[in-house]
Amino acid sequence: MRKLFLAALLSTFFLISFSFVSAQTPPAPVTNLTAKDTPSDKGAQVDLSWTASPDEQRAENPVIGYQLLVALSSDSPFVAVGKADAGASGATAKDGLKNDQSYYFKVRAYAADSSFSESEVAGPATPTGQWWNTQPNYIWIFVGMVMLVGFILYNIRKAGKEELYIRPIAGINAIDEGIGRATEMGKPILYICGLGDAAQAATIAAFSVLGRVAQKVAQYQSRLIVPCYDPIVFSICQDVVKGAYLNAGRPEAYNEKDVFFVTQDQFPYMAAVNGIMLREKPATNFYIGQFYAESLMLAETGFQAGSIQIAGTDQLIQMSFFIVACDFTLIGEEMYAASAYLSKEPEQIGSIKGQDWGKVVFASLSLLGVVSALLEHKIGFFEMLKKVLLAE
Amino acid sequence: MVSLTIAGFLTLGIMSFVYKDNPVYKLCESIFIGVSAGYYFVSIFYQSLLPQLTDKIGITGELSDSALAYYRETGSLASPQWFNLIAAVLGVMMLLRLVPKIGWIARWPLAFVIGSTAGLRLIGELQTNIMAQIQKSILPLWDPQYIDGSLNMAASVGHSLTNIVMVAGILTGVVYFFFSKEHKGVFGGTAKVGIWFLMVTFGAAFGLTVMSRMSLLIGRLDFLLRDWLHLLG
Repeated sequence: MRKLFLAALLSTFFLISFSFVSAQTPPAPVTNLTAKDTPSDKGAQVDLSWTASPDEQRAENPVIGYQLLVALSSDSPFVAVGKADAGASGATAKDGLKNDQSYYFKVRAYAADSSFSESEVAGPATPTGQWWNTQPNYIWIFVGMVMLVGFILYNIRKAGKEELYIRPIAGINAIDEGIGRATEMGKPILYICGLGDAAQAATIAAFSVLGRVAQKVAQYQSRLIVPCYDPIVFSICQDVVKGAYLNAGRPEAYNEKDVFFVTQDQFPYMAAVNGIMLREKPATNFYIGQFYAESLMLAETGFQAGSIQIAGTDQLIQMSFFIVACDFTLIGEEMYAASAYLSKEPEQIGSIKGQDWGKVVFASLSLLGVVSALLEHKIGFFEMLKKVLLAE
Repeated sequence: MVSLTIAGFLTLGIMSFVYKDNPVYKLCESIFIGVSAGYYFVSIFYQSLLPQLTDKIGITGELSDSALAYYRETGSLASPQWFNLIAAVLGVMMLLRLVPKIGWIARWPLAFVIGSTAGLRLIGELQTNIMAQIQKSILPLWDPQYIDGSLNMAASVGHSLTNIVMVAGILTGVVYFFFSKEHKGVFGGTAKVGIWFLMVTFGAAFGLTVMSRMSLLIGRLDFLLRDWLHLLG
């Protein structure tokens, strides 16, 4: 009898629990759902906005997220095309959408227990691409770009007609000294273009400096070793070095095995270059380009191998390592200027000049902004003066 | 256990470089380079070349979830992206470098890659480096801080000093990187202040990164002592 009573009690308890869980109501749906083609984009995207479900805030079984659903007509089955977190009042549907095709959308609000509710259907919305990004921020970027390009083109033209002044940079003279030292010691020169790809500004600057170094090396009949990280950079380095030997009148001295691809993996590349440093004992190491975590390990090994080291990069953190471990450094834009200074090409000199003009404009804008920000707080400033002067 | 032991020996082999170049390091270095070069080749082939080329023009049938849903819904696949064939042609042109007589053709795809990527990045650089930096540098040199409606002098002076240092650092730094004028007189003095700001920044960056490198070393030692040798609990 007691067992029967206990079983009845337990059954009642589970029944009550179950009925309590099943009584959990699904969350309220989102409201005011709208669907519009995303403005100023490449297309295939639709912006959805809604008023969040009020059940995001409820204590039990709150809304934990939203699912974006799409269909080709309002009465056909909807499929998921994205998600949004609770608290969001909009999202962009872009997964699998096509331009010039009309879509209908729904948003499903789902709760912690997987119960859900769906909104009213919104649409149709037809994604299309735009050629011009008309957001205000981008208009200013466009104005800035046109201005900067204008400055550069004007100065390139000017540099073609007359010699333009660029101030001497300390690290540049060291380049010739480093090549001379290697020739005197009868040891090779190691040139590292960094880990950047061929389109990065730092790598392009590295090509210019490499051309100059290779030409001098060819003239002095020394040896240049260029281990490469990126396959495209490797191809360009081969062309640059080969061209430099040709310009120096010594094409037969070019050894294509001295410009080689190692691997496109950071630390194995570093291990290989470190090995070259200790085995070949180069007299001079050049590190010009984009560098990351390998910079200190390379520079430190070069230092231990007794090489003169010249480095240039636009990476802030790696620059600090090069300053510590190298003999000469080209900081950020000095590297680009060095490339122009060495090549004397009107395009590069004009580009540096044009950028200088740009710096004047941008620094002036900053100053103007600082002054206007100060004026905005002038009342607070006078308040402080009053407090200090009258000792209030 | 075998893989752990191999990883442990390779780690010690690479670390032996700290003592000096030696045959064990050379062996580990060669394994490291060979494995990584092979891995990257296979990885690029399957994760970049095949998906970008054959899948996008509809030769193979690997579809994303949404594309599959679209297919179930409409009975048709998304249009093949024939533009990707241009990239394939450029890739083949790159390989012509191996044929000495027509090797010059390989320069065209290189020019395309560098020109197009540099052009595309120009906007990003203007947006993130120039415009954002100008916006961030527009700071009030006097920045009053109010607590409960009344001016808090200490907080105001602290905020204002921070802003003054920021603005001075940015402007003197720009002067240092101005290449059209020699660093002499007032201009030279301003540039010198700029380089001091840069050096302080580099010092801070150096310290921060050295600490993160220490944590990498600790991670590796942890692998050797805990995972491999079980010397730590």
